[in-house]
Amino acid sequence: MLYNEPSPLEVKVVTRRFGKPDSEKIDTYLADEGYEAFKKTLTLTPEAIIDELKASSLRGRGGAGFPTGLKWSFVPRNTGKPAYIICNSDESEPGTCKDRLLMENDPHQLIEGMLIAGWTVRSPAGYIFIRGEYRYLIDIVDRAVAEAYERGFLGKNILGSGWDHDIYTHTGAGAYECGEESALLESLEGKRGIPRLKPPFPAVVGAFQCPTILNNCETFSAIPAIFRQGAEWFASLGPPKNGGTRMMCVSGHVNKPGVYELPLGFPLMRLINEVCGGMRNGKKLKAVIPGGSSSPCLRAEECDIGLDFDSIAKAKSMAGSGGIVVLDEDTDIVGLALRTIKFYQHESCGWCIPCREGTTWLKKILERYHGGGGREKDIDLIHEIAKGMFGRTFCALGDAAAMPTYTFIEKFRDEFEAYLQKSRPKQIPELALL
Amino acid sequence: MTFSPALEERFAKLLTSYPAGRTRSAVVPMLLYAQDELGWVSRELIEEVARRTGVTAVQVDEVIGYYSMLRRHPIGKHLVQVCTNICCMVVGGQDLFEHASKTLGVGHKGTTTDGLFTLEEVECMGACSWAPAIQVGYDFHHQVTPERFDRLIEGLRNAEAETRKV
Ligand SMILES: Cc1cc2nc3c(=O)[nH]c(=O)nc-3n(C[C@H](O)[C@H](O)[C@H](O)COP(=O)(O)O)c2cc1C
Ligand code: FES
Repeated sequence: MLYNEPSPLEVKVVTRRFGKPDSEKIDTYLADEGYEAFKKTLTLTPEAIIDELKASSLRGRGGAGFPTGLKWSFVPRNTGKPAYIICNSDESEPGTCKDRLLMENDPHQLIEGMLIAGWTVRSPAGYIFIRGEYRYLIDIVDRAVAEAYERGFLGKNILGSGWDHDIYTHTGAGAYECGEESALLESLEGKRGIPRLKPPFPAVVGAFQCPTILNNCETFSAIPAIFRQGAEWFASLGPPKNGGTRMMCVSGHVNKPGVYELPLGFPLMRLINEVCGGMRNGKKLKAVIPGGSSSPCLRAEECDIGLDFDSIAKAKSMAGSGGIVVLDEDTDIVGLALRTIKFYQHESCGWCIPCREGTTWLKKILERYHGGGGREKDIDLIHEIAKGMFGRTFCALGDAAAMPTYTFIEKFRDEFEAYLQKSRPKQIPELALL
Repeated sequence: MTFSPALEERFAKLLTSYPAGRTRSAVVPMLLYAQDELGWVSRELIEEVARRTGVTAVQVDEVIGYYSMLRRHPIGKHLVQVCTNICCMVVGGQDLFEHASKTLGVGHKGTTTDGLFTLEEVECMGACSWAPAIQVGYDFHHQVTPERFDRLIEGLRNAEAETRKV
């Protein structure tokens, strides 16, 4: 099902089959050249597959934008251990709602992408880690997997290749941290989702302590098109080093929020004004959070940029997970900062102290500040704590909490100051003030 | 413990889904799928899952506090979850939660006296572009207004009254 009207400006690659009747079924997938890309890769060496991926300049859609071909090349061969394929469909970064659509509308495209990964490293099995709240998707993906077995794309001696491969779904049970790759791998082993020390990275020591290809659901879903239509074509869709399209999840104060597939590098202001029908109620733009709630916000005047990994990084933010939150002039930045830190505090796994304590104190101070008990020196204090956390936590959840927090203060200090004027004078014991 | 045939089938599949000697991997899925059928995770269930996966009861117990969907107590028949994270918040998600709280007469994690509804304020559920969003059980509802919320609750109440009559 589609939850918003598509836009004529979209360039449909991973969403090309969305909205077609029975798009989740294998027959319709096969009728649309389904599994042809996989068949092609069966004739290629692992090196040739990885070279093609590198040439496509596909970068990970899960958050960090790491080049996918390069990542696959890190998987050691001949270790005597099996290699596993893991699809990260934990999708929990606020602002992000695309993997859901990929699994709902085209699960075979995902399975085909994972199969190509599996064949490249001659893996015996792949797991699709799906957040627990997406129960209906587990049923859809399970049905698709069963169809793939029936047609010989999974199981023993796949298409006469002599290679066996199984795919399973694995449910999460409510934990944002399990989207972090090493915490996900712990969770997959039946434990609390606590991150692992890196290196070694999952490519070398991953699922079940074996070499592993771990990618986001959208990353895997983009792979069949690359082998169907060529790496050069895919690369040419976006700017250099930013191949292909991306499902941009737009939310907030626009007339037509929705998920739209657009080429990387698509101008942010055109996304707001042309794809999403402009700002709601004729309001002015205040800020945009360009890559999920962990990405530093951009002020309106910084929004004249293209939506690709490098351009957003140049603007000192990040393309992240593709969740684009558009905020109008009436948005209460202090309230937003508080809600953001509440989330990260709730989701911090508690393993490392800077993250556990940092998010807790930031929440406490922001709560008091927002509630009217703020003091002028709190502004610098919040900034200092967030800066102090950044880069010093065991996994990137601490960074994800710190970046938006200190950026809100740097870019909207005036709003924090204005809050002090509004503050109710309140007698708060000195201890609680810290 | 005995479970429904469908759940037994799921369990059997889970126990063969992971590499040899890795049945511990099935712990979290088993707990969640069993909770869906039984409503909550009891001491008995913990011990059963431990037995079936060949791990200690403590190893099962320790994951329950970590995963927010797993719970140690029964709740109402319908779990109503309202997202108040940022994308929902900026288009009325917080107000919607407060409205839901008023309609149901309970706060966060509260259960109505008739045992029909449990309300919960939750984090982003992956419906940000169609906010504000709620989940009732595993069903998503997008762009929920206070009026739509009330109609939904009324519908569920009426359906319950019907089944009680029969
Ligand atoms: C706290 C945290 C949460 C994350 N959540 C997700 C997630 O829900 N989905 C996802 O694909 N990647 C998530 N990531 C990124 C993963 O660690 C990993 O980089 C990614 O899945 C790799 O896939 P890619 O190379 O295809 O992007 C998260 C990272 C962190 C630090
Ligand atoms: S923020 Fe509410 S669904 Fe994502």
